[in-house]
Amino acid sequence: MTGLARNPQLDANGGLRHLLTLEGLPAAVITRILDTAVPFAAIGEREVKKVPLLRGKAVFNLFFENSTRTRTTFEIAAKRLSADVINLNIGASSTSKGETVLDTIDNLTAMDADIFVVRHSESGAPHLIAAHLNATGRSHVHVVNAGDGRHQHPTQGLLDLFTIRHYKKDFRDLSVAIVGDVLHSRVARSLVSGLATLGTPDIRVVAPRTLVPTRVEATGVRVFNEMHKGVAGCDVVVMLRLQNERMKGALLPSTGEYFKEYGLTPEKLALAKPDAIVMHPGPMNRGVEIDSAVADGERSVILPQVTFGIAVRMAVMSIIAGNPGPRE
Amino acid sequence: MRITIEGGRVVDPVAGREHAADVHVADGRIAAIGAKPAGFAAKRTLDARGLVVAPGLVDLAARLREPGFEHKATLESELEAACAGGVTSLACPPDTDPPLDEPGLVEMLTWRAHARHRVRVHPVGALTRKLEGAEITEMAELAQAGCVAFSQADRPIADTQVLMRAMQYAATFGYRVWLRPQDAWLGRGGVAHDAEVATRLGLAGVPVLAETVALATLIALARVTGVALHVCRLSSAEGVELVRAAKAAGVALTADVALHHVHLCDVDIGWFDPLARFEPPLRGTRDRDALRRGLADGTIDAIASDHAPVDDDAKQLPFAEAEPGATALELLLPLTLKWADEARVPLPRALATITSRAGDILGRANAGRIDVGVPADLCVFDPRAAWRVERAALRSQGRNTPFLGLEVQGRVRATLVDGEIVFEQ
Repeated sequence: MTGLARNPQLDANGGLRHLLTLEGLPAAVITRILDTAVPFAAIGEREVKKVPLLRGKAVFNLFFENSTRTRTTFEIAAKRLSADVINLNIGASSTSKGETVLDTIDNLTAMDADIFVVRHSESGAPHLIAAHLNATGRSHVHVVNAGDGRHQHPTQGLLDLFTIRHYKKDFRDLSVAIVGDVLHSRVARSLVSGLATLGTPDIRVVAPRTLVPTRVEATGVRVFNEMHKGVAGCDVVVMLRLQNERMKGALLPSTGEYFKEYGLTPEKLALAKPDAIVMHPGPMNRGVEIDSAVADGERSVILPQVTFGIAVRMAVMSIIAGNPGPRE
Repeated sequence: MRITIEGGRVVDPVAGREHAADVHVADGRIAAIGAKPAGFAAKRTLDARGLVVAPGLVDLAARLREPGFEHKATLESELEAACAGGVTSLACPPDTDPPLDEPGLVEMLTWRAHARHRVRVHPVGALTRKLEGAEITEMAELAQAGCVAFSQADRPIADTQVLMRAMQYAATFGYRVWLRPQDAWLGRGGVAHDAEVATRLGLAGVPVLAETVALATLIALARVTGVALHVCRLSSAEGVELVRAAKAAGVALTADVALHHVHLCDVDIGWFDPLARFEPPLRGTRDRDALRRGLADGTIDAIASDHAPVDDDAKQLPFAEAEPGATALELLLPLTLKWADEARVPLPRALATITSRAGDILGRANAGRIDVGVPADLCVFDPRAAWRVERAALRSQGRNTPFLGLEVQGRVRATLVDGEIVFEQ
């Protein structure tokens, strides 16, 4: 348990053992992942989309919370690396029978898992699993966080960074606006961590006060409550998904009012730089956080994000498994 | 049995002094401090050279987990832990299963506790039935059965009309009401101090306002109803300030702080360490410093161990799902000494927070006192003996503490209750 006092994702040499969070991950490690993903992106354009880097390895997709998209992209990434992929929808099986997360992990480790891709509704669940594996002498088994509660979604953050770098080249003179439900967003937390580490000088979060986390300025962002000020002069606009359940409480009055104030329309996008790109982690709520004219417009890079996501996940899994880079 | 505790340094927290003296015990009481009474022949002599002889410790919050949660701990294990920790009187909160809302349950608990050990177990009765905050309990019956006060444990009363009536009814009979200031809504779903750390880790926050809004209400109601209010588990700088102002304005209230809040803050959560999950949550360093100052200047009267043994299965979970609390009976003394040492508070004053002043809050005149004629409940300890907090070193069935691995000073050598040695090492 005391393993949780320290960030357990790096090994003694500073190498990446698990990918749990982008917070505190050194710039060199992030850059290495992004660089490694470049040739993997090219593999997707080949006739034969497979490389043998993870042949014989077992990747377990452990989804304690449902997600079709993320699970699918991890599955494709692992299969392109020639790994054996096992998908487990734990939300519907073990835990409902009273088995704890760590029981599940122990059982699956006994089945010789090499990589656990973990999605969980509680912040910190992947850390718990990684600390447990480290503490029980099984640090050769790797954990990749595929989204934990409101905490982090590091592969999403990395694919966002990859996308921004692809279109904007250098982080050191960028303005990036992240718009929407920052309070509940693991995507925002990962992206903010990564952008800050890579030296992005102007990171903004744009949201009504009910959706801004307490003391978020301490993470290196500027807070804007008004959309037109928040996106003004930006190079990148990242729209966050607004979960329907947020409408039930007192956080927001209606999707209509939200769209009016914070939805990204062509008019609001016109306040950003002329060459600004628009991103969204998906799945989108058209007419809630984003207008279809923007989502499908020429400045939208939302579909390339999905494609890059596979390459980035291939890079992450190959690096933690100790086989970086495809052979040409 | 007649016992002489020889050569120790007697610490009297009420008089605020310490002096070298022998303590003579006969017929369960302190027969003399200093010179041996005429004709006194000790059957047993405890060598206390280099040791401190203090009143037995009084703990205002120790969950013994009976009835209902015997898989977490039992009276057997926890009373043994109390003896080993030098605790001779303890109050147990009503959050058992079923809660302590019926006289029969209270009688059963005190009877079972009495049959097992000599530690004085003082149940705190539920203020409302099933702790649901809707109907008040039979307080007079519960008091007769042995309840020293009435409380809601960690379940706030959301309905302020019920809260006021509960206070009025308790005040009718002069019963004490122990309440943790906790707004039923502001901290709903929260698991960590609502500030940078929770934001970074994506943990739902409990704002300081959840404490201060409720505390302002409690103070206003206490003023009007005249109830003897004890504020439990203060956690924030603003909370300390409200208590300080209320005391200055003449409101009859007392306050305690949990042992872990004296030493830890939200940064100690690290990467989601479930051992650092508490209710109220660990707050910022500024809050911790204010709590320590409040203790030192007497705004906060007592330190409670807030002992909560939790089984590993309920702890080794993602942070928000992990059961809050830490085992603490055996750490009350060393961690109080650690605070006294760091804050340069003289030993008698420091010990008062876990002896005489806690005894006052308990409403038991002799608890936490070392005087001729009072029952000989004593804690004899070596203030310099160092030991490492480790799972194997704990007698409590709960091994859950964020202090694992810490080297502490202060080791109990003997515990006496009613003049009998209940622990010795």
